[in-house]
Amino acid sequence: MMDPLDRHTPLSPQLAIRVATIGGVALILFAIILFRLWYLQVLSGPQYVQLANVNRVRDIPIQAPRGDIVDRAGKPIVSSRQAVAVQITQSQLPKTKAGRADLYTRLGAVIGMKPSAIRTIMHSKVNVPYANVTIKVDAGEAALVTLKENQDQFPSVAVTPVSVRAYPDRELAAQVLGSVGSISPGELKLARFKGVPNNGVVGQAGVEWQYDQFLRGTDGIQRVQVNSAGLPSGKPPHTTLPTAGHELKLSLDLNLEKEGYKALQAGMGLAQSNGTAGNAGAFVALDPRNGQVLAMGSLPSYNPTVYTHPLTPAEQAQLVSADAPLLNRAIDGAYPTGSTFKMITAMTALQDGLRSADAPFVDTGCIKVGRTQQKFCNARNEVLGSLNMTTAIQKSSDLYFFTLGEQANPQGPLIQHWARQFGFGAPTGIDLPGEYAGVIPDASWLARVEAQQVTCLKKYGKRGPSICGYISDPTRTWVTGNNMNFAVGQGDFLATPLQLAVAYSALFADGRVPTPHLGLEIDDNVGRLIQKIDPPAQRTIKFDSANQQVIEDGLHAAAQSPGGTSYDVFGNFPRTVYGKTGTAQHGAQDDQAWYVAYAPDPKRPIVIALTIEKGGFGDQSAAPAVRLMLSQWFGITKKLVAGSSKTL
Amino acid sequence: MNTTPIQAGEMPAIASPRSLTLPFDPLLMVAALGLAICSLITLNGATRGLIHGQPHYYTERQAIYFGVGLGLMVALARIDYSRLRELKYGFYAILIGTILLVLVLGRAARGSVRAISLPFFSFQASELGKILLIVFLASVVVDRSRRLSQRETTARVMLLAMGPAMLVIAQPDLGSGMVYVVAALAILFVAGTSWKHFAGLITLGIVALAMILLAAPAAGVNVLKPYQVDRLTAFLNPTSNPAKQGYQQIQSKIAIGSGQKTGRGNDATQTKLNFLPEYQTDFVFAVVGEQYGFVGAALVLSLYALMIWRTLRILTIAKNLFGALIAGGIVAMLMFQVFVNVGMTVGIMPITGVTLPLLSYGGSSVLTTFLALGLLQSIYVQARTSAALKGRVLRF
Repeated sequence: MMDPLDRHTPLSPQLAIRVATIGGVALILFAIILFRLWYLQVLSGPQYVQLANVNRVRDIPIQAPRGDIVDRAGKPIVSSRQAVAVQITQSQLPKTKAGRADLYTRLGAVIGMKPSAIRTIMHSKVNVPYANVTIKVDAGEAALVTLKENQDQFPSVAVTPVSVRAYPDRELAAQVLGSVGSISPGELKLARFKGVPNNGVVGQAGVEWQYDQFLRGTDGIQRVQVNSAGLPSGKPPHTTLPTAGHELKLSLDLNLEKEGYKALQAGMGLAQSNGTAGNAGAFVALDPRNGQVLAMGSLPSYNPTVYTHPLTPAEQAQLVSADAPLLNRAIDGAYPTGSTFKMITAMTALQDGLRSADAPFVDTGCIKVGRTQQKFCNARNEVLGSLNMTTAIQKSSDLYFFTLGEQANPQGPLIQHWARQFGFGAPTGIDLPGEYAGVIPDASWLARVEAQQVTCLKKYGKRGPSICGYISDPTRTWVTGNNMNFAVGQGDFLATPLQLAVAYSALFADGRVPTPHLGLEIDDNVGRLIQKIDPPAQRTIKFDSANQQVIEDGLHAAAQSPGGTSYDVFGNFPRTVYGKTGTAQHGAQDDQAWYVAYAPDPKRPIVIALTIEKGGFGDQSAAPAVRLMLSQWFGITKKLVAGSSKTL
Repeated sequence: MNTTPIQAGEMPAIASPRSLTLPFDPLLMVAALGLAICSLITLNGATRGLIHGQPHYYTERQAIYFGVGLGLMVALARIDYSRLRELKYGFYAILIGTILLVLVLGRAARGSVRAISLPFFSFQASELGKILLIVFLASVVVDRSRRLSQRETTARVMLLAMGPAMLVIAQPDLGSGMVYVVAALAILFVAGTSWKHFAGLITLGIVALAMILLAAPAAGVNVLKPYQVDRLTAFLNPTSNPAKQGYQQIQSKIAIGSGQKTGRGNDATQTKLNFLPEYQTDFVFAVVGEQYGFVGAALVLSLYALMIWRTLRILTIAKNLFGALIAGGIVAMLMFQVFVNVGMTVGIMPITGVTLPLLSYGGSSVLTTFLALGLLQSIYVQARTSAALKGRVLRF
């Protein structure tokens, strides 16, 4: 070019064309590459910078210590302890089946687990993709040392410090407290768990679920720069420290709670010695003024410690067995409450003018009702003779209340209205998940469920009865007898022990229906108050205080006047007690025992509702248990006094 | 070409008015040295952490390769390349011999062996083979230059190239094999082979490719190893298999893209943290892209453009057909390697294991490229000398 000699070089036209072709191809290719580079580096550059950062940064969460749960006096009920978990990092699992099997075998040998058990845990549907899966907690010092020293042989196994729940009182209040566990894929989508990392630990039931946002704290993050092999390299890690969860103070009184379990056990023992099964039960103690739950329990129970490690098949089987130890019977037990319900029927009679307090009534033991002349009787056809409202409650006359149900029926759902006013048939709004609403039966309710049942049976054909929850004859209609049974807390009526406690609280608190609650305070970890929990009353029922007095007199007489249904249990009790027995019938099964009591006190009034499934008569097993709890509450020497009254 | 009768005593008189002229093409030299410097800077920045305790391992070795390569180039530039024609069968024998030796060694080692281990470094036979084949094929075409219109010439040249190409692909070194075929085509193209022959070759090529990729596997015969097929097809959809073949390409694109306009310098984590595999060899362009951005990548590309332009220029001034054909083979080799390698790093070409001339770390590749440049310089020097002589003859 610059060289003048070059110009004289002969070049055939054919060669010139071919060289130009090659040059043209080169030009086009350079243009393509440059445009591509421009697109990648200038147009999409920021996006690739982000990708490069995602590549190199790994966030390792540091679990925040979960807040403690304490009773109303600050005594610990649930605390946390540091433990070491052996986890498998899913993203680094061997890709081949044989490789995984080999890992499970070798790891199993170190931590003392069957390879199949590890595989089962790894295949569990509750594992969140990409999160570490906990295989074992508290694997033992020797195993941890082996794993740490041979990290190269277990590249996918991590030994991670974790904070696990400790339950000093083991099975105490297990269903109330609930459990914690790794967040599941479904829970990750819930608004209440917003911000929880995908290997986070959250409350799964009970107050742990309800107050999770306060208890769980904020996990810290260790941001590590890693190389392509996933190993930390280069820059020192940047650590954001975790924030510990808040402390939750419950309204529970730990001593009363413990005594409640003992008392319920004692009551169940009494029932069993009377020849009934008496294998399950529940209790609730409320402060009637404000709805604070002073004690709540349910048996059979379980030890929530099982949830600190992956469940073994035996533990799993026990938790889902027919005993239903996970069921909080105090809020989820769907029961007829028997004669304890008569308070509502009495209030209806007085308020709606069905029968005045002193209207004479003669109890003849049995009556016959309707065209079919269906017979309604007292327990053991006992004849109670001349009664008024107070003595009818005191002696728990069924005939007195049957006839009220009969009288009310033509006038519409009168008793149903008052039952609703007192909180039956709807959740009480307690701060626990999954509360049962209950059933208040009336003509329209029956028509509705029967229609649903007919549709369901039609849909499923022969399999219908097992799927549709077959109740009874799907063609029955509401008759007077239904209302009569309802009037004594039987029939289709269903309620929870908690609803019963709330209803009695409302009576003794002059109509204020409290919102029951377990949470009392949220405190930070040095004890400063973050939030007080004091929900307002649900509503205030308007009733005549004279009518209230009549019913209260009846309840007091039932407990502490001779002839009262639980007089043999509370007659010599050194404090004023208002109490009502209940004996709910379940067809051919053993009866269910109930007792509900109110003990006035200027500083610490209390309402207790207690039930024992298959516990026989209320006075025989339930009332003695309540006496033990009241003794504990007021510091009276405890004495197990078995009743003998066989009224319903 | 008979140059001996010229009176040597008169040469200085001719040369003296142009005392500024150099014994090589300065622009081609600038391109080569520029790329060598880019290579050293890039490797120095990127490979510090690769071998613990030896931060300059790669840079030092690459510098030695460049030194040896420059020496080879200067030496070759002083030889009249035309005399290499006499050695053509020797070249072909060495080409086939070394490739077969590698194959045999490979069998013995039960794996992929592409290099012969020498005391100082392992020598990759297929790299040197590129130059040997280009010189050999150029000789063959020159021998048959009067029979270029015959199909037999085209077929013979292609077969002579396909032989070593197949052997190299069997090593397996798909990239070098393809360079052989492309160089052969370029030599024929420059020689003036009829367009019809190329049309025929292209048709044959398409049919052969269809046989290899589709028909043969269906019949149970795998000409290409499965990983080669995966590599060739992965670039079409890299995310379908991000863990394997697509991985390199995705990481390479992330590296280049994240370099943005001016590069990430010391924050070039794709390279530094090893997300980019083989970055000092096949993916070195991605390192340039990440560390020095669009500016750096464009600079490197412009040096290649300069080199290719000079090669084409040298092709046109060659004193004889042999020189033009060698330059044609070399320009094809350079273009193919640059575009396939860069195209691979930016995700528009399949992964074929082709090195980037002078920029990639590796003795065989560097020395081979310098040998090619030495040949080009020789063609340049010979062209000037012969033109000068002609000029003098004219003056007389």
